[in-house]
Amino acid sequence: MKETGYIAKSAWKAFVEGLVARYRVYAPCRDGETVAFRRIQGKEEPCLDRPAAGAPKAALLPQSETLFGFVLKKDPVDPRKTEVELKAEIEEPPTVILCGRPCDARGFTIIDPVFLDADPYYRKRREGTTIITLACPTAYEGCFCTSVGGGPADKAASDVLVTELDQGYYVEPLTDKGREALKDAPLEEGAPHREEAEERQRKAFTRVKKAFPGGKDLKVSPERFESDRFWQEASAKCLSCGACTYLCPTCYCFNITDEQGVDTGERIRSWDACMFSHFTLEASGHNPRAQKWQRLKQRVGHKFVYYPEKYGEAACSGCGRCIRLCPVSVEISGIVAALAAPEEPHTKEAGADREEERATR
Amino acid sequence: MNAKKMKEALREALPSVDVVIAYGPGFDPLHAEPCFIKDAGRVDDLILNPLCEHNLAGYLTSQKGRTAVVVKGCDSRTVVQLLQEGLVEREKVHLIGVPCRGVVSAKKVMAAIGHEKVLSAVFEADSLVVTTGSGEKRLPLMEVCPDKCRSCQYPTPLIYDVLVDEPLAADKPPESVYEDVEVLEAASLEERKAYWEKETGRCIRCYACRNACPLCVCQDSCIAETRDPHWMSQKSTVSEKMMFHLIHALHLAGRCTECGECERACPMGIPLAKLKRKINKDLKDLFGYVPGTSPEDRPPLSTFRVDEERIEEHKLP
Repeated sequence: MKETGYIAKSAWKAFVEGLVARYRVYAPCRDGETVAFRRIQGKEEPCLDRPAAGAPKAALLPQSETLFGFVLKKDPVDPRKTEVELKAEIEEPPTVILCGRPCDARGFTIIDPVFLDADPYYRKRREGTTIITLACPTAYEGCFCTSVGGGPADKAASDVLVTELDQGYYVEPLTDKGREALKDAPLEEGAPHREEAEERQRKAFTRVKKAFPGGKDLKVSPERFESDRFWQEASAKCLSCGACTYLCPTCYCFNITDEQGVDTGERIRSWDACMFSHFTLEASGHNPRAQKWQRLKQRVGHKFVYYPEKYGEAACSGCGRCIRLCPVSVEISGIVAALAAPEEPHTKEAGADREEERATR
Repeated sequence: MNAKKMKEALREALPSVDVVIAYGPGFDPLHAEPCFIKDAGRVDDLILNPLCEHNLAGYLTSQKGRTAVVVKGCDSRTVVQLLQEGLVEREKVHLIGVPCRGVVSAKKVMAAIGHEKVLSAVFEADSLVVTTGSGEKRLPLMEVCPDKCRSCQYPTPLIYDVLVDEPLAADKPPESVYEDVEVLEAASLEERKAYWEKETGRCIRCYACRNACPLCVCQDSCIAETRDPHWMSQKSTVSEKMMFHLIHALHLAGRCTECGECERACPMGIPLAKLKRKINKDLKDLFGYVPGTSPEDRPPLSTFRVDEERIEEHKLP
């Protein structure tokens, strides 16, 4: 195929159906007043109006998944003897995440370094998944992707980037996986639409809030970060629920439990959230993060202090979900802006480096 | 809503309380947010308008000191219920009552404006005028209010220390309160089961509904997460999700004051208040009881009568 393509709106349906025939497709779907990611089948169409309530991370890190099943087998001759039979399967059909947003895709670049080598379940899914991303035409409530190195047409982790135009979609394949997914797509030549698409991408970029000087260069004031009072005030209204973490494209913490019947059961991995008191409750009864301000500090600290120390960038793609869907509007970008040390002005050079790095990625 | 009088009342209250819980401007022009202040210098940062949709009474159970809190009519029912159950002490709360003709659901506004970034939100007569990058939209308040406001029977707080405006009389017909529940009741059992499976199937088990609920007092010992007893698994199946919401609803039977925080908090748009209101409707039919209206009452499921007037099977011969 050519370098870029174009799908007329009249051909979009056929394109989606073509994908559904070849892949397991996860896409944002309208469900009542909500848009949520789920598997689409048959002639269902994704909802492109706005970002889904939750991120598509569940396609690779399910809300709960069976790590292995077990059966306890009693010896028929000597019932005191029991054998345990284990069964683990990682069967994952080729999958497409269709029409997530650039922040959703970028989330996987943050989960990858933690899970890709260490976790066969995630690796298997990640390798078999093609990410076809829809560029955002505008900024939504709470969005701040440009403050953490992303943007409404950011290409990080995407295999294909789709930009909606008046009459169709401008399609940019970015990887071999992406080209493979587009193999049978009803594509026209993209070049004549390139200018219009890039203009739209630029316009969307300017609409996103610049919340704090961004990405790698963020400097958090150690005094403020270690101030209990700062966190007590920041968390006063927090309900300590898990909405922020579970909707987040980058939060990956989990719990492991055995869900057992009489003589069979499963060891499952399920989402867990640092905002819950149980998260750090130790067997002794001691809880190192018993207060909600300690837990909010952990969440923000993990994203903007601890993770960057280890992996070099913020564990946040600026999708804004934790802001717009927080029941009490806890605003992480505002907290980070308050933590950022004012005595360290961010030079133009640093910003320029960042742009260059993104261009070469 | 009279912001000026509220600020005066809070300034007066501040010397005698440890903290004030009121509303401040949120992250954008459409959102208000709960605001905790301790010094009079910050009273001017507070706001009071129909964007103040949260029920702040839910914070009372976690406050250690004496607390002043701003309550609308619906919120005051929560305070009544908390007093009734001994979960807060009357002398430790200072109630700033706000008569209210209805608030704005930020969720409904966001749905109406396509979830775009809000540049401004201004009240004009009976409308909210919202400006986004795509232009201006005029939204009648009655179209973007939470469902509870459409049938509000308690526009004036039932309990308060200071009332910051003239009391308002209810102007909605009492029979409108459970209209939405009646629609659901008309469906068959199978249809209702399918409806709730579809709705609760979206649940991500974030427990925002539980944590926002001012009367969910188990919190960190919730049966949804405990391993001992191990009544629910951590599997993300529809049956587990629905079970959690049924437990939540049943634990609130005859206690829920229908503030709608569960539904407002839900990031997945599950109509959770409807589930609780269905049970409240049944309790009203059976016991003639409306939660959160009198501090001296006891929830019918916490008491026992040998002879129940309205329950055929419980009539003594």
